[in-house]
Amino acid sequence: MSVIIHKDTKIIIQGFTGKMGTFHAEEMIKYGSNVVGGVTPGKGGQKHLDRPVFNTVKDAVKHTGATASILFVPPAFAADSAMEAADAGIKTCVAIVDGIPSHDMIRIKRYMRRYSRTEKMTLVGPNCAGIISPGKSMLGIMPGHIYKEGRVGIISRSGTLGYEAAQQMKNLDIGISTSVGIGGDPINGSSFRDIIEKFETDDETDAVLMIGEIGGPQEVAAGEFAKENMKKPVIGYIAGLTAPKGRVMGHAGAIVSAYGESAIEKVEILKECGVTISKNPSVMGDTVKSVLDKI
Amino acid sequence: MDIHEYQAKEILSSFGVTIPRGGIVYSPENAENKAREIGGSKWVVKAQIHSGARGKAGGIIVCDSPLEVAQATDKLLGKKLVTNQTGPEGKIVNRIYIEEATDIEKELYLGLVFDRSSESIMVVASTEGGMSVEEIAKEKPETIIRSKIEVAVGIQSFQARELAFGLGIDPELIARASDTIIGCAKAFSELDATMVEVNPLVISKQKQILALDCKMSFDNNAMFRRNKVSELRDKSQEDEKEVYASDRGLNYVSLDGNIGNIINGAGLAMASMDMIKLAGGEPANFLDVGGGATPEKIVKAFRLITMDKKVKVILVNIFAGINRCDWVAEGIVQALEKIEVKVPLVIRLAGTNVEKGNKILKDSNINYIQAGTLEEAANKAVAALK
Repeated sequence: MSVIIHKDTKIIIQGFTGKMGTFHAEEMIKYGSNVVGGVTPGKGGQKHLDRPVFNTVKDAVKHTGATASILFVPPAFAADSAMEAADAGIKTCVAIVDGIPSHDMIRIKRYMRRYSRTEKMTLVGPNCAGIISPGKSMLGIMPGHIYKEGRVGIISRSGTLGYEAAQQMKNLDIGISTSVGIGGDPINGSSFRDIIEKFETDDETDAVLMIGEIGGPQEVAAGEFAKENMKKPVIGYIAGLTAPKGRVMGHAGAIVSAYGESAIEKVEILKECGVTISKNPSVMGDTVKSVLDKI
Repeated sequence: MDIHEYQAKEILSSFGVTIPRGGIVYSPENAENKAREIGGSKWVVKAQIHSGARGKAGGIIVCDSPLEVAQATDKLLGKKLVTNQTGPEGKIVNRIYIEEATDIEKELYLGLVFDRSSESIMVVASTEGGMSVEEIAKEKPETIIRSKIEVAVGIQSFQARELAFGLGIDPELIARASDTIIGCAKAFSELDATMVEVNPLVISKQKQILALDCKMSFDNNAMFRRNKVSELRDKSQEDEKEVYASDRGLNYVSLDGNIGNIINGAGLAMASMDMIKLAGGEPANFLDVGGGATPEKIVKAFRLITMDKKVKVILVNIFAGINRCDWVAEGIVQALEKIEVKVPLVIRLAGTNVEKGNKILKDSNINYIQAGTLEEAANKAVAALK
């Protein structure tokens, strides 16, 4: 069984009948993900893509036994949908949507504190590419075919930079156990640390590639966790060496506002934590290979 | 999104924060009348630009008569002010705020920000007002006190009191100081702010607690539900090309180099800029056309980059996923039929259907340099400069 999702994970699509929901549901089904239905309030009882549509997430969970969901709802309604999933007992929820207000993200995270650690939903994203366990299941919007099945875990804030890494690794015949896009927003559902901890205990993962960028404390927090607690090697790349201070670089969270948040500072701290640094983005695959060769 | 000082003051005042008497003017005549209307014998003329450190740049002038107020306004209006935050091009002064002068007894610092570690709203205060918070953190870190707001219930009175006492404020002024802190916290929470800064927050000789200078920034992602705030946007304070880009759904940041970039995804865009730098070049911009890289977005991106006169080479780097390279290539070919590109063009496509995409580019009559990897793309772009 792979980390977070596996072959049989039952998935529902929130915002199922919309254009985005429909398109990506089809892609996920093509990949082999076990999509068991979806939710569009007001369209309950209908069929869409040969699968049942429900009015509420609770109904969907009750009738399908779904444990994972993916959100394709507009930013204004995304917080509500994520909390609905948490309350319905969904275990893993991926929010693809870009543009959720930060105040809403804080509210979601506070809301989820009402659940005990074992009951708590893992929220991934927002503003992310989602999760893929190659050859097993895809709960995201990535091009599945560039991911080769294997034993390296990837965690990335950026979607396309994560694809770049997967492709470089495929070209070197290196496979991936699970790739998780945690998203580019300043406040996100799961941090690097949250996911790296899961990879450490995953018996299908031998090493972890962490693709970070400027802004925020999360890469450093994960590095410190790795130094204290991890036996598996960690490889890191940080984008944004040339990014000017105080400017938002596309991702709402990619802004240097405190010490330790620039690319150079993060690289230095990660090195001290024993993370092997990919010195530029075109050698992410080579760096992973050099580390794997030593295991 | 940033707003002007006077706009932030109006907002905070509506949340119970006391501000000095003042008003906004657009001409010297206005200014003279406004000074008389405000009354008193001393006024401060403040250039309204989206930047701090205006004082050092000559943007704040103390005057002793309404006539001087008019002269100072005349001097500042239409001028470009260069501060240590504006970049060398500076920012234009189109609005002037006239304010009664305050007899300052003590200057304090009060700021509210999102704290990304604790994922909450953090109030930061210090007895060392008038300096930037970075300077305070560096020179007098022991004066900084913090309080975390629990978003579910909002700031509590005891937190505001603790902060006020922590700042050494006299007991008879604690209630006013607390109301000021609570007002700022409410404005932050209720208006989707990302930053509220009152620096300095002053205690006047008349024992008033006044917000002397204020800054507020807001979450662009929340503007759909903050109509009144979004109306405060002043495009004259933003880079012209960045305004053009944001109006068209592109993420763009203007930089100083000469290699223009068109890239999909923010992370890949930053990584490509880093590769350009490593190859010995300097990026002219950051531009993310979005993970999907639709043909419409690519056309808009070429328009934007070709507007920038300092661009000597254009680098396109698209990692196509679901959107497929052939589709992206068609978008590029269409864009180049509409827009004339006079500088060398380096294109790197990767991902789904990359062979088909490269064939479409090759079979078209566009003039370009093909690159296979990220590294090769950066090297070829830098080589094309010569």
